[in-house]
Amino acid sequence: MMTQDRKTLLEVRGLCATVNGIEILKGLNITVKSGEVHAIMGPNGSGKSTFAKVLAGHTAYKVTGGSVLFEGKNLFELAPEERARGGVFLAFQYPIEIPGVANSQFLRLTYNTVQAQRGKEELDPLEFDDFVRDKMKLLEMSPDFLDRSVNEGFSGGEKKRNEILQMALLEPRLAILDETDSGLDIDALRIVSQGVNQLATKDNAIVLVTHYQRLLNYIVPDFVHVMEAGRIIKTGGKELATELETRGYDWVGAEHETAARVTA
Amino acid sequence: MSIANNSGYLDSLLQGPPPLPASPLTWFNELRAEAVDRVGVLTVPTTRDEEWRFTDISPLTRLSFQPVRAAISLQAADIERFYLEEATTRLVFVDGVYAPQLSSPAKHDGVLVTNLSAAVTAHPAAIKPHLGRHTEFRDNLFAAHNTAFLHDGALIVVPRNTSVAAPVHLLFIATQKEVASYPRCLLVAESGSAVTAIEDYVALQEKAYFTNAVTEIALADNARVNHVRVQRESDQAFHIANCSVSLGHASRYQSVSVTLGARISRYDLNVLQAAEGAECAIDGLVLITDRQLADSHTSIDHAKPHGVSRQLHKCIVGGAAHAVFNGKIMVRPGAQRTDSSQSSRNLLLTGKAQVDTKPQLEILADDVKCAHGATVGQLDSEEVFYLQSRGLSEIVARNLLTYAFGAEIIDRIPIASIKHRLEQTVLEQTTRQP
Repeated sequence: MMTQDRKTLLEVRGLCATVNGIEILKGLNITVKSGEVHAIMGPNGSGKSTFAKVLAGHTAYKVTGGSVLFEGKNLFELAPEERARGGVFLAFQYPIEIPGVANSQFLRLTYNTVQAQRGKEELDPLEFDDFVRDKMKLLEMSPDFLDRSVNEGFSGGEKKRNEILQMALLEPRLAILDETDSGLDIDALRIVSQGVNQLATKDNAIVLVTHYQRLLNYIVPDFVHVMEAGRIIKTGGKELATELETRGYDWVGAEHETAARVTA
Repeated sequence: MSIANNSGYLDSLLQGPPPLPASPLTWFNELRAEAVDRVGVLTVPTTRDEEWRFTDISPLTRLSFQPVRAAISLQAADIERFYLEEATTRLVFVDGVYAPQLSSPAKHDGVLVTNLSAAVTAHPAAIKPHLGRHTEFRDNLFAAHNTAFLHDGALIVVPRNTSVAAPVHLLFIATQKEVASYPRCLLVAESGSAVTAIEDYVALQEKAYFTNAVTEIALADNARVNHVRVQRESDQAFHIANCSVSLGHASRYQSVSVTLGARISRYDLNVLQAAEGAECAIDGLVLITDRQLADSHTSIDHAKPHGVSRQLHKCIVGGAAHAVFNGKIMVRPGAQRTDSSQSSRNLLLTGKAQVDTKPQLEILADDVKCAHGATVGQLDSEEVFYLQSRGLSEIVARNLLTYAFGAEIIDRIPIASIKHRLEQTVLEQTTRQP
């Protein structure tokens, strides 16, 4: 997927953030270019999901230091909806249920809102219906999901498919998938991964936040980052994920500490 | 009790019986006379009465309302926008007075959808056992007041084993200020019958007036009634209504009540499961703002075994409005295998909005399943963020979630056109919240 004329989409430098006064991110650095797939791995509590939510603009997370540029612009000057319209997409670890709003209504509203902001054509209900059904085939979703309330009564796997469906509709430049593999059985994992792979282009980038390596068998990353205590402490290629799967995370931390001592 | 008998509101009544023509039916006149007596004895409730603790109706008693003197003649074009496409039979009352030229009654296959005064002499056997027999007007000033003015009303009688396919629309239109109207509905569903009725209160004006309504619904064995009630009075109106429902063996009553209008409104819904195996589902949505006060009192009386009741009551309160919910569930001794659940969910949109919710369970049988719960809250910030992360602005996200909260109730209305219209209303009203 890597090509010559890659453009820097995301540039994170020294990012620090707190939630409820507790510091979670402690100087995080990462650069993501177009056409790339990145995996951020790490033990529970290392700050992976916090990083994802900070990028999307969740107000419970306070940025206390560092900078994030998205396509050269200061991301923190944008409200969450402006980030979404600008091309940042977060697939939630726990998608929210909205009883009383039909999924079709919700999907069309978000699609048309984003289209309008991008100066593109909006679709009426009939046009949208054709359009969305086509996208749903990608994820082997039954059209029944259009008539049900947003995520209400969906299984874990169905919710994740619905997230990727939204990604397909909103066509983000930068998609952050937060634990998209959790709660998926092997068939659902394959389908969701195929969907994501088809949405990856040379112009966009995907950041996978995951605890386990198994997702990376299906969506092959160009870079694997290991996060610990709010920082990325090691970066490697896709083989690093396999190594983490067999050896666990502890050795990375130990190696990092040794390296830090040597430098000091 | 209190002071308020000298209020302007009751003056006209205390000066003597209402100037209504005597009916040729003795029992009808007696019923009315008894109600007049009760009005003389009962007093206007105040916040010192437990049942009216949160609902101060003194603004109502300070104003003076007169019964309608001359009915306004409306044209169909004036009110067509209120018509429901599914309803082929419709009874229209203008300021409480039956408007035959705007109505399309039904009198076929034994089904009666007509005005009460036209039918009462011809069909006393169907009416007498029910009229004034289900509502406890002897202890309720407003029901007594309505009964004291009993003259006409909406009548629906569905004979045994008959199913009325199209819904029946009962449309009450307020056109004149300072008028008190006394809508009265009687619905009798004989054994094995089925019907859907919409009781709809609308206004063609913005001034203060007073609606005091009484509805009685009787379901015989195996009957099914769908009752939709929409209160969309003017913002200055006072609306007090009592509805009493009696359920026969294995009958099923479903109601959805939507409260949007009135400065002060009070709706008392009393359901009596008078025989074994009766079922009821009573749902409510209150959507108010500014300085509106809406009080919903419901009571489900499980008097016999194997009864089922379901209730979901929701309030969306904006501005400095105040919603009150009191939901009583009574399980009588011997009403074994009762299965009851009640949920009161409330959404406060502003810091000044207020809700008082009081589920009340009295269980006097030992083999029952009863669940109840109440929540009061604001919009969930995680839900708002989720929608923002999909490109919707915060205000649109909040409106959509508020709408969704109400739509859960509206979705339960079995008539597409009114469902759609109410969805639009909720959407418009939530969009103009500050």
